[in-house]
Amino acid sequence: MSTPDLLYSEAEDDLRAAVRSLLTDRCPPATVLSEAESGRAHDVALWGALGTEMGTAGLLVPDKLGGQGATAREAAVVMEELGRAVAPVPYLTSAVLAAGALLGCDTGQEPVARLLGALAEGRTVGTLAVPLSTMAGVSGPPAATVRADGDGTLSGQVSSVAGAAGADVLLVPATGADGYGLYAVETAETSVTVEPLTSLDLTRPLAAVTLTGAPARRLAGPDRAAAAIERALLTGAGLLASEQLGVAEWCLTETVRHTKERHQFGRPVGSFQALKHRMAALWLELVSARATARYAADALATDSPDTPVAVAVAQAHCAEVAVRAAEECVQLHGGIGMTWEHPAHLYLKRAKSDEIALGTPGRHRQALAGLVDLAAPTG
Amino acid sequence: MSTTGQHPAVDADELRRRVRDLLDAHPPATTAPLDFLRARFDAGLAWVHYPAGLGGLDAPRSLQAVVDAELAAAGAPDNDPRRIGIGLGMAAPTILGFGTDEQRQRLLRPLWTGEEVWCQLFSEPGAGSDLAALATRAVRDGDDWVVDGQKVWTSSAHIARWAILIARTDPDQPKHRGISYFICDMTDPGVEVRPLRQITGEAEFNEVFLTGVRIPDSRRLGEIGEGWRVAQTTLMNERVAIGGGRVPREGGVIGLVADTWRERPELRTHDLHQRLLRLWMESEAARLAGERLRQQLAVGQPGPEGSAMKLAFARLNQHISALEVELLGEEGLGYDDWTLRRPELVDFTGREAGYRYLRAKGNSIEGGTSEVLLNIIAERVLGLPPEPRTDKDVPWKDLPR
Ligand SMILES: Cc1cc2nc3c(=O)[nH]c(=O)nc-3n(C[C@H](O)[C@H](O)[C@H](O)COP(=O)(O)OP(=O)(O)OC[C@H]3O[C@@H](n4cnc5c(N)ncnc54)[C@H](O)[C@@H]3O)c2cc1C
Repeated sequence: MSTPDLLYSEAEDDLRAAVRSLLTDRCPPATVLSEAESGRAHDVALWGALGTEMGTAGLLVPDKLGGQGATAREAAVVMEELGRAVAPVPYLTSAVLAAGALLGCDTGQEPVARLLGALAEGRTVGTLAVPLSTMAGVSGPPAATVRADGDGTLSGQVSSVAGAAGADVLLVPATGADGYGLYAVETAETSVTVEPLTSLDLTRPLAAVTLTGAPARRLAGPDRAAAAIERALLTGAGLLASEQLGVAEWCLTETVRHTKERHQFGRPVGSFQALKHRMAALWLELVSARATARYAADALATDSPDTPVAVAVAQAHCAEVAVRAAEECVQLHGGIGMTWEHPAHLYLKRAKSDEIALGTPGRHRQALAGLVDLAAPTG
Repeated sequence: MSTTGQHPAVDADELRRRVRDLLDAHPPATTAPLDFLRARFDAGLAWVHYPAGLGGLDAPRSLQAVVDAELAAAGAPDNDPRRIGIGLGMAAPTILGFGTDEQRQRLLRPLWTGEEVWCQLFSEPGAGSDLAALATRAVRDGDDWVVDGQKVWTSSAHIARWAILIARTDPDQPKHRGISYFICDMTDPGVEVRPLRQITGEAEFNEVFLTGVRIPDSRRLGEIGEGWRVAQTTLMNERVAIGGGRVPREGGVIGLVADTWRERPELRTHDLHQRLLRLWMESEAARLAGERLRQQLAVGQPGPEGSAMKLAFARLNQHISALEVELLGEEGLGYDDWTLRRPELVDFTGREAGYRYLRAKGNSIEGGTSEVLLNIIAERVLGLPPEPRTDKDVPWKDLPR
């Protein structure tokens, strides 16, 4: 195992600065809240600026396929910033999961290459049609709930799909006479229904997808589909750790700021040691969370054989740190943290759904048990 | 506060007899619920430890359970204690302790029957944990007080008929000394209630604006300038009320999660199993501690464990509801309803896991934050030295704000 690079490069710092400045301008908490309440699937204008103009939609896609040819390290930096802003954009679902799945298909095939190019531009939005809670399997790819029929159409249902409501294209795992495969379906088809669900995380809405004989194009068959989906889910989980880091970071920063300013008993509440130590402890957790998230990103970027371990550790750790940070944020804000106007709840909801997304910490620890040969007791 | 000595006649058997008489005179099946509740109050079976004539019989508090069990078995209506929690838990003991006879006669019966809901106008934007720093002013004008100020996070203000209110009547005194305690009529001119939406999507609490509200001096509780002492009674009762209900095993949120576990084998993992067992055990321990506290109270040994119960309840409710969302996995990603509603009560069991998780976050803030309660335990129970205080003897008006 070569030594991973756990720092940020200069280029990564520049990318972060650009993304943060855009989000500071265009995506303040009040905008996130009104966007979430609007019922729209995502902030289309913001995604245009971020995904298309700034090119983040194509970070993971090679130059020759129309992308930026960057790696998971850069994508991780974007995810951190998106987490810090709880930004309502389809980065995880379109630029990471959907693009990731396509990258695992044969990109020499024209339909795959064309779709990848379209996603990389950010003008076409896609998502991988699996429940958001799906985890890259210890026991193989997610079982398909959709059936591929001989006439090239798909039928079936997929529950709790993130990013489906705003998507143009769904990448659907399905089984048919030819076995397991990955298919592309246009949401504009009348045989496709995308029914928005009421989601805990208002900023990443879920939807139930129903296909009734929807025309589909097969992008990968049994030889590649499973691996492509697995890889996409693993990449998603690894990068989600960076989003969780961003969420936690906002929560700590904002809590420190608030407790420095909020006076009770004639002094800033942050001057009470009972609170100081808790914020300091949170900072310590962030230090290790950042290291694990960086390691996962670097392992994905370098295709390290240790990637599954890196992802399991990062997910199990960062998910819990983010939830704790968000819970502390609400608590240390007092009554104001319980209100709708204050953005703390948006972060709590994101952190709690992220904890379930792409595998809970418990399931990632369980995966780790197998990976590092620490088997559970039997009997 | 045991009064058994004075009223040896009112024992469990006597109470059972009185319950039977009540049921005979007002059969629940044919009596309107409100009429039944009024009759129950008048029979002294509402809160048996209250004085005769005020809904009680001066009986030992512990015997309330006997009455409640008998009435529940007979299918008698209850007074929806969750909906009128502030009245029952906070306003009533304060009125009993500090009110005039007239106030007690007028207010306690409709409070207990639920005809009149109460709210608590204590917290302000600038005075939460440091409640004594409050800035709402009450200025004497003849027989009235004229009140101006803003209150916040007032649960139930939108359905309340009455409020307990603390306001500053002497800004020249140090902050704890210039406060007086009032009963505010929420229907009076100058009282404006605006919904304050919260993390769960609903508006269970409110902002309350008080503009030139006239409160007659006859609606003051306790002496002028002694409001802080009166408020202490309210706050102590609030903490006991929040942590103090009697629950059966698996009676709280843990029961919901335990049932999900039993019914849904497909959700089970080793990790969740260990965590669930730990929380189940802690819930049982907290339940027993609550039961022990009640037994202590019944034999006249009140302990400081009251605040411990509120702390334990908050912590457990939060941990269990957090586990529940995680256990549900894909379903935990959903939410039942974000509609802006103005509910009459906090419905922990009637809604879904996500609601419980979010609402439970308030348990360590409302009624005094867990941090402040821990300080109180450290200082008053363990006798640890207090934090240095700079604001003790300074007139309120000179405090930095
Ligand atoms: C759901 C809900 C319902 C409520 N209902 C009512 C109601 O009906 N009526 C009413 O009057 N009020 C109500 N409240 C208000 C509640 O009592 C206050 O929110 C609470 O006392 C905390 O005050 P604050 O919000 O100003 O927080 P702050 O006092 O600003 O506290 C901020 C943080 O600092 C911490 N802190 C403060 N002082 C110290 C200290 N000395 N040592 C260590 N840490 C400290 C707190 O614990 C908290 O974490 C309600 C609140 C909620 C959330």
